[in-house]
Amino acid sequence: MKELVVISGKGGTGKTSLTASLAVLSDRCVVIDCDVDAPDLHLLLEPHTIAQQPFVGGRKAYIRESACQGCGRCRQLCRFGAIRLKNDVVQMVTAGFAVDPLACEGCGVCVDHCPQEAIELRPQINGRWYVSRCKRGYLFHASLDVGSENSGKLVTHLRRSASEFARKEGLTLLLTDGPPGIGCPVIASLTGASLALIVTEPTVSGLHDFERVLHLCLQLGVPALTVVNKADLNLQMVERIAQSSVRCGAKFLGTIPFDPDVVRAEIAGRSVVEVSDGPASRSVKAIYSAIMERLAQSLDAHQSELVSINVKQGSPN
Amino acid sequence: MKIVIASGKGGTGKTTVATSLAFLDAANGMNVTYADCDVEEPDGHLFLRPVIEWERPIEKPVPVIDSRRCNHCGRCSQVCRFGAIVSLPQRTVVFSELCHACGGCQLACPAQAIQERPRPIGILRVGRAGRIHFVGGTLQIGEAMSPPAIRAVKEALPQSDLILLDAPPGTGCPVVETLRGADMVLFVTEPTPFGWHDLQMAIRLVRTMELPAAIVANRVRATTEDNRWRQRLISADIPVWAELTENRAVAEAYSRGEIVAQVIPEFAKELNCVMERLKASINERACGHQR
Repeated sequence: MKELVVISGKGGTGKTSLTASLAVLSDRCVVIDCDVDAPDLHLLLEPHTIAQQPFVGGRKAYIRESACQGCGRCRQLCRFGAIRLKNDVVQMVTAGFAVDPLACEGCGVCVDHCPQEAIELRPQINGRWYVSRCKRGYLFHASLDVGSENSGKLVTHLRRSASEFARKEGLTLLLTDGPPGIGCPVIASLTGASLALIVTEPTVSGLHDFERVLHLCLQLGVPALTVVNKADLNLQMVERIAQSSVRCGAKFLGTIPFDPDVVRAEIAGRSVVEVSDGPASRSVKAIYSAIMERLAQSLDAHQSELVSINVKQGSPN
Repeated sequence: MKIVIASGKGGTGKTTVATSLAFLDAANGMNVTYADCDVEEPDGHLFLRPVIEWERPIEKPVPVIDSRRCNHCGRCSQVCRFGAIVSLPQRTVVFSELCHACGGCQLACPAQAIQERPRPIGILRVGRAGRIHFVGGTLQIGEAMSPPAIRAVKEALPQSDLILLDAPPGTGCPVVETLRGADMVLFVTEPTPFGWHDLQMAIRLVRTMELPAAIVANRVRATTEDNRWRQRLISADIPVWAELTENRAVAEAYSRGEIVAQVIPEFAKELNCVMERLKASINERACGHQR
């Protein structure tokens, strides 16, 4: 099984639009929306949910009011400023503390050190995750409650479930729409993937953010390919991105021109390859073929590697 | 006054608006700070091109185990809820990337074998771009947790009439960290299904945090679709302070790293009303304090 992860560093460069097109072109695959803080892929793939489950991410502290003596030890020890005076009425002497769930990281220091044992960690439902049947395959997606932590955990959970599902269904391609940035959910989306597709735009920030996320791929040992979207905006910048990409060992796959059909498709709730045969649609199709070729190559390389390992192991001592 | 520029969806124009507003406010004689809180992908400096006056590493305290004192009792790994300490019969290992720096292991160690040492996770840069104060954080590549770096940016903010905090995209913990302690939120959004979907998520977040908000609508066109979208925005019950017209010249100026309001007068004109409103709010607050 192969997993292609679409990332960008900078937000809004066209990850989701491109992923949707690739999903439609690839016919039978499992698509995973790992941008759990702002998931949009379901808006293009017409999903019909076939299963859903709550996501229990982390735990948060909870103070049992009846047992709290108001000593304030928890507030002293909490490094996240998550223990608040209730209603901020400073005069209250007893039973005056509460946990701010948005600030609590679930470390449990308050729990371990409360002399009254009045604090416990309670599991939090952070959102829901869904398995949906969509146009040409399946979509694994989630909605994280606003302000929730654990987006990295949810991403790992989604990828693992999708890969088990694909194995059972005999599907060989996982297509992942990653989040922007380089932090925890991006690391969780990339770790162990076969190939990363970096979609960027020809702007100073597009270049800057591209270089950072490419270095993250190198650190994680995930080979990367580069695509520049809205390329006609600044051709000089396209060249700089291409140079930077090649220098770091990421194959420069091509460009997608600015094309109003992309937004038109988004408004229609479709991918651009379904509704248009314009310049963007044609470029995306060419990019799709190039990716598939690359994935097949890496599969061959991987298999020959396995063969050589087997040969070594099988050889007499 | 602290204003967070947020969006939900990425690439809607947060940095364009934040740098342009900082420029307009400074040109109007206000004492303004631009703070880059998108520490994973900080871009504000590419446009403001500040002269950096000082920089220092952003550090996170992580446990270091004194091997002479540690008897590998395993108490630290029991209390660590993040799996950042693994206790083996002869060795205790810290995985500092997983550490949340809660201090729990140090408190729990019966042999007093744990001390905290700072570990660099990024760089804080402070400087000036003309009359604009600049504060920016950059997370080291490979570091997973950005909130401590965002906290470092917020702790380094200078005294200013107006502080513009450029937020990361999304609605997760980095955005929550940026919003904490702010006076209001300015959403930059665009008239697309993605923009609208993610804006709704971001609105839910600021409602939970009980922060006042306003909207700057970006890349607006004169189409029926955009009119329909305008109706939706009105239903969201958040005032729309400005509409910025879709303009290729804006995108091109941005691509070259220019402060858009400095080079495109139409854009500056459309954004001016936001500047005026911010100025009025600051004056109001100043009067309130005098009373």
